[in-house]
Amino acid sequence: MTLSMTAVRKSYTTAEGVIEILNGIDLDVGASESVALTGESGSGKSTLLHLAGGLDHADGGSVIMQGQDLAKFGERERADYRRTQVGLVFQQFNLIPSLNVAANISFHAKLAGRYDAAWELDLTERLGLAPYLSRFPEQLSGGQQQRVAIARTLAARPPLILADEPTGNLDEATGDAVLELMLSLAKNAGSALLLVTHSMRLAHRLDRKVILRGGRIVE
Amino acid sequence: MRFALAALLSHWRRKPLQLLTLVMGIALATALWSGVQAINAEARASYTRAASVLEQGALQQVVSKGGGGISIDTYGKLRRAGWNLSPVIEGTVRFGASWIKLVGIDPTTMPREGQVASITDGSDISSFFSAPGQLVVSAATARKLRNATDMRLKISENVPDDAAFVDISVADRLLDARGKINRLVVASEQRPGLDPIDQVAPETMLRENTDKPDVARLTDSFHLNLTAFGFLSFVVGLFIVYSATGLTFEQRRGTFRTLRSLGISLPALTTMLVVELAAFSLFSGIIGVILGYFIASALMPGVATTLKGLYGANVPGSLSIRPEWWVSGLAIALGGTAISSVRSLWRVWSLPILAAAQPRAWQRASAKTLAYQATAGGGLLLLSAVLAVTGSGIVIGFGVLGALLLGCALLLPGLLAISLASAERVSRTALTQWFWADTRLQLPGLSLALMALLLALSANIGVGTMVSSFRLTFLGWLDQRLAAELYVTAKDEDQATRLREWLPQHSTAVLPIWSVEGDVFGDQLQIFGVADDPTYRDHWPLIVADDNAWDEVASGKGALINEQMWRRGTAKPGQTIAMPGGWDATVVGIYSDYGNPKGQVIVGIDALVAHYPDVSKLRYGIRVPPESAPTLRQQLVSEFGLPETAIIDQISLKQQSRAVFEQTFAVTGALNVLTLAVAGFAMFSSLLTLSGIRLPQLAPVWAMGIRRRNLALYEVARTLALWLATFIAAIPVGLGLAWVLLAIVNVEAFGWRLPMTVFPLDWLWLGAVALVAAILSILVPVRRLATINPADLLRIFANER
Amino acid sequence: MSAKIMMWILAVFFVTASSGQSQTQGFAGLGSDATGFAIPQSGAALSFPADHGAHPDYRIEWWYVTANLQGEDGKQYGAQWTLFRSALAPGVAQGFADPQIWIGHAAVTTVDHQYVAERLGRGGVGQADVVAAPFAAWIDDWRLAASSGATPDQLHDLSVAATGTGFSYALKLKATGPLVLQGDRGFSVKSASGQASYYYSQPFYQVSGAINVAGSNVQVSGKAWLDREWSSQPLAENQTGWDWFSLHFDTGEKLMAFRLRDDKDGFISANWISVDGKTSPMSKEDLRLEPVRQAKVEGRDMPVAWRIQIPAKSLDVTTQPLNDRSWMRTSTPYWEGPLSFKGTATGVGYLEMTGY
Repeated sequence: MTLSMTAVRKSYTTAEGVIEILNGIDLDVGASESVALTGESGSGKSTLLHLAGGLDHADGGSVIMQGQDLAKFGERERADYRRTQVGLVFQQFNLIPSLNVAANISFHAKLAGRYDAAWELDLTERLGLAPYLSRFPEQLSGGQQQRVAIARTLAARPPLILADEPTGNLDEATGDAVLELMLSLAKNAGSALLLVTHSMRLAHRLDRKVILRGGRIVE
Repeated sequence: MRFALAALLSHWRRKPLQLLTLVMGIALATALWSGVQAINAEARASYTRAASVLEQGALQQVVSKGGGGISIDTYGKLRRAGWNLSPVIEGTVRFGASWIKLVGIDPTTMPREGQVASITDGSDISSFFSAPGQLVVSAATARKLRNATDMRLKISENVPDDAAFVDISVADRLLDARGKINRLVVASEQRPGLDPIDQVAPETMLRENTDKPDVARLTDSFHLNLTAFGFLSFVVGLFIVYSATGLTFEQRRGTFRTLRSLGISLPALTTMLVVELAAFSLFSGIIGVILGYFIASALMPGVATTLKGLYGANVPGSLSIRPEWWVSGLAIALGGTAISSVRSLWRVWSLPILAAAQPRAWQRASAKTLAYQATAGGGLLLLSAVLAVTGSGIVIGFGVLGALLLGCALLLPGLLAISLASAERVSRTALTQWFWADTRLQLPGLSLALMALLLALSANIGVGTMVSSFRLTFLGWLDQRLAAELYVTAKDEDQATRLREWLPQHSTAVLPIWSVEGDVFGDQLQIFGVADDPTYRDHWPLIVADDNAWDEVASGKGALINEQMWRRGTAKPGQTIAMPGGWDATVVGIYSDYGNPKGQVIVGIDALVAHYPDVSKLRYGIRVPPESAPTLRQQLVSEFGLPETAIIDQISLKQQSRAVFEQTFAVTGALNVLTLAVAGFAMFSSLLTLSGIRLPQLAPVWAMGIRRRNLALYEVARTLALWLATFIAAIPVGLGLAWVLLAIVNVEAFGWRLPMTVFPLDWLWLGAVALVAAILSILVPVRRLATINPADLLRIFANER
Repeated sequence: MSAKIMMWILAVFFVTASSGQSQTQGFAGLGSDATGFAIPQSGAALSFPADHGAHPDYRIEWWYVTANLQGEDGKQYGAQWTLFRSALAPGVAQGFADPQIWIGHAAVTTVDHQYVAERLGRGGVGQADVVAAPFAAWIDDWRLAASSGATPDQLHDLSVAATGTGFSYALKLKATGPLVLQGDRGFSVKSASGQASYYYSQPFYQVSGAINVAGSNVQVSGKAWLDREWSSQPLAENQTGWDWFSLHFDTGEKLMAFRLRDDKDGFISANWISVDGKTSPMSKEDLRLEPVRQAKVEGRDMPVAWRIQIPAKSLDVTTQPLNDRSWMRTSTPYWEGPLSFKGTATGVGYLEMTGY
């Protein structure tokens, strides 16, 4: 089992009081498995993703990744975990503005120590990014930037890819194509994929589908 | 309208640090500017007063052609011919422990416009005339003289320190002038139809007051120096204001848009912003002027001593606030703020009402902008070089300086970008590559601060190099020039004669220090006689010399001239110069004569006495083995009966000279530190500004597994790298600056050129100071980053942008 | 005559504020002995040409020429040339140590303007001095000197010249009568308490020459009067001012008259000089002087016109100045200018008024 979440709870304190976001989540993602995470807005999809990515702490329960308990991590281990174990593709592309496309794509792979030039070349060609390698993020369109963000994550070949509406900024046809590509490349890389989407159509293409409602998994 | 203004101003309540930056920027800029202006104005007023009182202002003078002084007969002849002129006998006289410049005047004939009228006017003129004489002195001098003379003391605020006006008969007696008049002051109004002076008295000549332009030129150079520093600091301060206003305007774009959509017209909005800025700049300007006053007060004693030491112009060491400082200080604050905010204002003016409310963070400098800047910088460097080669005059010298500094500053961002790009290319790891790339991304936001830093650092290195070169050369020169162990001054010719008999039995060598003043090539200058002695052959620094220069001098045929005469082109080696009194000498060598504004000629002592038998033979240098100097000194007092005060030993003389010199540049040093501090503050405010827009750039890196602490360290390293690069760039710029100061400005201002000596250890010291400033400037922004709540980073990363 | 002026000059220049100094005592207590100056003695005979020269052992001395001139342009002019000597200490010394101070006053009076100049200098340096024979008195380029050597007296033929802002003159003076000793054979008493000076005059000059005012030359001729006086004794402290007349009658006779004003009825003295130079000293009883017209001059009320009566001579004349504002703007200012008179006799003359 790659990722194993058990009885995970998370709440935020706001001006209106404590809001329970996640209320006892149990979720396992196997190696190379792709799981779609759907639900209404505010159902806690993104928060679940943040917890799995080591970006945030859970209030209760456990998040076990490759046999390691994230709750026991300090900041250093957390950073190591983010660098080596997960790849993030968020709605905001989060590219590094000072690096060009090529450098952005290889950045995470190099940090994770899994840089593979041939694999990267293959990726960029398949994602249609080859003509843009020397451009800077600000010189790209939204779709292009999203593909760079996907390429960056896939290039690092992390055990777990966390994606939050990765094709939200693309039109339907392009989005579908990119998703297909992403799925197949993730399989090639041997990465598990946890993907947040509220499109059921997209959700069906993945191995498994999980629906989140009121901080619990209902399906 | 009131609510609109309140909305605009509410920004500052939320961003007090920004407000502080803005106010501090304007205040610091104004403070340094007005402080320097204050020093300048005060010093100028003081020595103008001193010069005009001592030299009788702009009046022409009649002097003797031969240098021996003007006889009373000649004076009577000129008066009877109808010339309205007044005799002055002057010289330095010792009262107790103090040397006083004695100016003996004749109040019956001194022209009214000669300024001394106010001293000698009035009711107690009888005291001035009657025995035993009256000294008109400043209050400070009076305190010194109180128990040193039985003459009456009258205090006049018009008299500079360490000078005294007396009746000419008293001066004649005290100086043993025997009626030899030093100069005749010519009244500005003369009856028409007078016979020309050189026809009435061919032994004299009319001289425009050459002393005055000389003093003016020297002091001008000093003040130009100060002004340059003041301006530099001001520019550095403006950088701060520029970045502060730019930021506040960017951050309030949303407010501007809202206000406009609520029906506030563009002119009204602009007016409000102008009023707001004007109010800030006036407020900060007031703080700045007050700050400037304190800076000036702190530096003033140094300036007073410097001017006194360098130019003999006495300046009171205290300061009075003058209304013009307020006016100029506030004007410069307003003007500076206007200059640095005009671009931001223009942006508001041209902002479309529906433009995105998102602050665009910082204008990204494209390669094109950098190239454009660098081209301008290159052009300025070229201009600087052309000026250096073709121009002359001290103003051009400073023009060379200005173009050099500004050109280098403009080139800096481009050069940094190029070096950062190369560093990025050769980087092995993703992290270092990112590090350099990200550093390059910060350049536009930091370039103004870095330019300011470059200016401050290179000014520091340049002036430091100049000062150190000066110190080294000057001290070496002192050692050579003050080679004799003891210097004595006889009180009269009788005592001098006895000294000449007594001394040879008690010393290795006796070196007469005798001189006359005379006219050489139309300039009034000193002619010294030197004995033929190994002291001179071994110690005197000759810049250019014939092989047998000293033999030629000893034989009476050769003359040495000082560097000043040579550089001005008055005379050159091999040239025959017509000496006053109708004889010729050939220039056989050039000697360095630092600190002397005038030309000087050295001839053999025998020639001097032969041609000017009346030369005063009172001063001597005495060579003895150094260990027996104290004994001889004692003997001179106890056996020979010379007063203690008539003997100066070499060590104390050197100490005095050294002290004068050290003071000279103390002020420059203080200004250097202040400039650096302002540059540090500019850096701080820029970094602070940048830190606000840094988070979105850093969040993805954090998300990909780099810890906050490391990110903070990278930020520090990034800043230090930029400081280091700027510092390294500042070294050649500073050396260039020093070269211009030494080889162009100094030659134009003082007439001598100093050999440039480089002191890398000083740079290390400066580098350490700069490092501390760098660390201080990054401390606050980095602390913020290192301790930021991960949730904030996450929020930035995940959605809120 | 101008003793008072001299005293003012002394006072302003050398005495006034030196409170507690010996000179103040000298002024108040007539302590001339204390400062070593010689004092005029009654009955001492004057000796010429030696006495034309300076007397450095006396505190004050002057050479004083006034001239009433008629221009070729038909206008009246007055000219004045004065050299004062004032000693800080008796005696002479070489160079700047010399204690003698010299002051020159020169003026040209026209109907509507008074041209004035002043020169100061010190003795011992050749700038100003007086030598008896051949006679020459000078300060700077102002000069009063014997024109030729072979005359009965050094003062017989003189040339006099001075320049100042806006004016200059060069005049020849030719005596048509003898020197006149004032007072008792040259010993002139100046107060009831006996202060006195040595005083002689040459009132018989015929003048010719040229003056230049405001850039134009005018040939002039007329009459001139020279006064010589020296003393060491200041006047009494209660004496406040001084009105002095020198009159040339058309008949050739001359009159010198002065009145010293004090807090009582003043001190009057005069000398009637006949055509051949014979003198008749007069006193208060013989002479009446009374102002008849006041004019505002420099903010002061000056009696510019006078009535002079000498009953014994049946003389009753009224003087009118050429210029009411004949004001000498020198460091010690006073009124001095030419006049003409009418009545039982006519003529011209000079009036000097001080202390107003």
